[in-house]
Amino acid sequence: MPFSPKPKPNLPLRPAVLLDTVISLGGVELRPDLSGALYVPDLAALIISDLHLEQGTSLARRGISVPPFDTGITIGLLESVINRWAPQRLIFLGDSFHDDDGERRIEAALMQRLKKIAVAHECFWICGNHDPSPPRHLAGHSADHILLGPLTLRHAPQRLRKAEIEIAGHLHPGCAVAQRGRRVSGKCFIADERRLIMPAFGAYTGALSVFAQPYERLFKREETRAWMIGQERLYKFPFARLC
Amino acid sequence: MTLPGHFQNWFRSKGWQPRPHQLEMLELGRNGQSALLISPTGGGKTLAGFLPTLVELAAPHITAGIHTLYISPLKALAVDIARNLETPIGEMKLPVSIETRTGDTSYAKRQRQRQKPPDVLITTPEQMTLLIADPAAAHLLRNLQCVIIDELHSIVSQKRGVLLSLALSRLRTHAPQARFTGLSATVADPDALRAWLAPVGTPPVPLVLGKAGAPPRIRILDSVERVPWSGHSARYSIPEVYETIKTAKMALLFVNTRSQAELLFQELWNANEDHLPIALHHGSLDVMQRRKVEAAMADGKIKAVVCTSTLDLGIDWGDVDLVVQVGAPKGSSRLLQRIGRANHRLDESSNALLVPSNRFEVLECVAARQAAEEGAQDSEYPMTRKLDVLAQHLIACACSGPFHADALFAEIKSAFTYRTLKRERFDQVLDYVATGGYALKSYERYAKLKQGEDGQWRLAHPQLVLRYKMNMGTIVQNEMMKVRLSSVKMRQGRRTILGGRVIGELEEYFLSQLGVGDTFLFGGEVLRFEGMDEFGALATRAPGREPRVPSYNGGKFPLSTYLAERVRGILADKAQWQSLPPQVRDWLSLQSWASVLPKADEMLVETFPRAEKHYMVCYPFEGRLAQQTLGMLLTRRLERWGAKPLGFVASEYALMVWMVNDLSAMIDQGRISLPKLFDEDMLGDDLEAWLAESNMMKSAFRNCAIIAGLVERNFPGKEKTARQVTVNTDLIFDALRSHQPDHILMRAAWEDAADGLINVERLGAMLKRVKGHILHKALERVSPLAVPVLLEIGRESIQGEAHDALLAEAEAELAAEASRLA
Repeated sequence: MPFSPKPKPNLPLRPAVLLDTVISLGGVELRPDLSGALYVPDLAALIISDLHLEQGTSLARRGISVPPFDTGITIGLLESVINRWAPQRLIFLGDSFHDDDGERRIEAALMQRLKKIAVAHECFWICGNHDPSPPRHLAGHSADHILLGPLTLRHAPQRLRKAEIEIAGHLHPGCAVAQRGRRVSGKCFIADERRLIMPAFGAYTGALSVFAQPYERLFKREETRAWMIGQERLYKFPFARLC
Repeated sequence: MTLPGHFQNWFRSKGWQPRPHQLEMLELGRNGQSALLISPTGGGKTLAGFLPTLVELAAPHITAGIHTLYISPLKALAVDIARNLETPIGEMKLPVSIETRTGDTSYAKRQRQRQKPPDVLITTPEQMTLLIADPAAAHLLRNLQCVIIDELHSIVSQKRGVLLSLALSRLRTHAPQARFTGLSATVADPDALRAWLAPVGTPPVPLVLGKAGAPPRIRILDSVERVPWSGHSARYSIPEVYETIKTAKMALLFVNTRSQAELLFQELWNANEDHLPIALHHGSLDVMQRRKVEAAMADGKIKAVVCTSTLDLGIDWGDVDLVVQVGAPKGSSRLLQRIGRANHRLDESSNALLVPSNRFEVLECVAARQAAEEGAQDSEYPMTRKLDVLAQHLIACACSGPFHADALFAEIKSAFTYRTLKRERFDQVLDYVATGGYALKSYERYAKLKQGEDGQWRLAHPQLVLRYKMNMGTIVQNEMMKVRLSSVKMRQGRRTILGGRVIGELEEYFLSQLGVGDTFLFGGEVLRFEGMDEFGALATRAPGREPRVPSYNGGKFPLSTYLAERVRGILADKAQWQSLPPQVRDWLSLQSWASVLPKADEMLVETFPRAEKHYMVCYPFEGRLAQQTLGMLLTRRLERWGAKPLGFVASEYALMVWMVNDLSAMIDQGRISLPKLFDEDMLGDDLEAWLAESNMMKSAFRNCAIIAGLVERNFPGKEKTARQVTVNTDLIFDALRSHQPDHILMRAAWEDAADGLINVERLGAMLKRVKGHILHKALERVSPLAVPVLLEIGRESIQGEAHDALLAEAEAELAAEASRLA
């Protein structure tokens, strides 16, 4: 049989439904999305972590020519999650661009789409380690961290002060479950009573296992739950079930 | 041609006669002609290959560049060959310098080899490729006279062989005077190898045949024990196998997978009342351990070695006089090759014992014995035209210097493996290497290759050379992790694990499924998993504990088409049942009474109800891979036609699908037609739809992406950051599928998957074969022939790509557990 490629129409094929999963943190109701974003109904805010825009061109500069479609895919995913939840505010948890030069490399048409999103919402750009300075051409406020009711939102998780409750990104959490001799892995939200770490949103972002060294001492294991992102919905597991 | 006097004397001093094929090779070599030598092991093959070189270099001479390149697929073999050659060279006082160059050779030694090359360089295919990527290649190879490729039959069926053939085409450009000598075991199609060795457009190289050895004596274990219906452990046979080993001087026990090797070794050890020295040899064990076993074999200190294909190739490590194949041999060429490891005196028969581990394997063993006794071969045809390999070769060429696309294309077309390459495809690959080959041209400014004013392509940055060297090669392994034997210390009441020496490597996939405290077999010991640290896995010894054996995840080698045909023949022909053990004969008689036995050209399909489900079993005998693909496609169809399939299991011989609805009734009422169900048109849209989603395709893509250099395994300087510059290939696959599905690497992956992982060609041939020859039998209950397959169900993990289903199941189990506790 010859090779006859057919494009898969419009990624993602994920069902555009509002999931009914709820994560409660510090008494605030949070609604995780299959894309890895997190909606806060009380504040009409959508939190998105680690977009890593222009990761493709960043690697290409180092001679690794992965396909240059990532920014387009990521922006498409962002548009669809915004449509789904219709938030008033967008909070970007940092590493929105893969490097500080990314904004200069992005294609004009894609930049237009981003600008449209930024103008239509109240945007907050938290700085990350990849993009220490805020975007120059996108509307919104920039910040090191943001207080949202009882929650502190920042890029990289930090040692919690007394009574502090945190939502962070940076680590790109992922986990796996072994079932019937098969191992199924994916990105995940991971949280205990005082901290939640969001999965990375960008099309080329990978996952770092929640067993890796940087997670040590961040969570109380017996309280920790992971919400793993599947094809159709999220699956909730206690830490002890993960591998 | 006669040997020069001092060579004759040397042969005589050894008590040897030069063999006819050695003299024939000498004559061809002295005339500067290429040749293919096919000879059984023990026929003095290596010496035959080297003889022309040694005679040529016997006169005093000044070494001006490498005279002879010897390429061996095994690194360890290179060192042994060099040592073996020292004997004639030393004893005849020939002024010939020999050196080896493998991945282990130090940088200093390699540099010296460039400055002052030896007469004979013994090396591996990968080092050969690195040699032609050297800007000084033309200079180093200017006086090359001879290239010897050992174990050619094994190299040509892998991507390594495809890469090597490209390197050889380059070598021909640098050294048009050189002759090419292939050394091979007996193969099904010698003409393909003869053509492989010659540039396209020239006649195939002449074939020289060594004298065939005495036919082997092959026995199938005729056990007094009951041969099990299914499974792969062959545990029933241990006492009898053990007794047979005792009668041998040294026995090699071949199995097909590492886990079978571990299990067999463990069982033999338990039965080892006489404290026989029995050893274990497989690819996951640490190299030093393997070398130790090989040395002990050479010294005759070992009675038996349990091994996998790691001992298929190579020189003789001792006086083996018995080969035991435990589990099905899968192909007659493979079996003959393994049997050839015993008794290297040509005039004596080798002894072999076949031990089937279940009843179907008894049939396969009988078929394999017949084929082996007739000397019938079923080895694979050489692999050709891999696009990812071509991409890697283009980078290698660019590393050696600027090139014209036209000239390089012509050179590549001269290789047998790329004789059908189209210019359009070549240009696509070149475009991929230069800028990624994307529809979106945003990477032009980051190009790796740039075309100059003179029309030549050159590397854009010298750093790319180092990166190429760190990542070249075609062997993409599963992610492996080191396993270290650790010790446990109690410190302030806390259990602390201290890492110790490395004992080998295991697939990351396997290790990731272990929980702390789980036990598993490795290196013949029961180990307890203690966790991971930054260097890999930690384990402690846990003697006396029951191991959680690694699951049997299918043989690496599918049943050959040739043996499959023979097995079908045996089933159909009662006269041949005489050669079967009584219990297997009874089993088949029972089948013909309870159901039916198909004729050789028929495929039997049985349908029957069992425990409120309905089953369909078919017996194509086409190997697990092809039947797994068939299972995927049949379930899609049955789903569409309303039979509500629930799952399927594929063995090497049969495929079983179970469903909610009564298939017998549906066939009876004409709602489902079997000829339509098995129609070849399933290889159209159904295959494409499934394949695009499948993990097979993703894993094929990952291999191609690594070989073609899209993602890099190693990055200069900072190994720690490798993860940061690597994008998961599944994500790249998704991006390409949605934005550029005709990308050259998607094509490469598709071709690989269709070839190997899913065996489309074989499935197509099978569907064609059974067209109009489907024999349906609706039964009240399971048939004797179907029992083994039915027993596989519990053993196999569920099939398909149902990741979400697995997650949902895991989640639901926890919920159920919680509600019980509440």
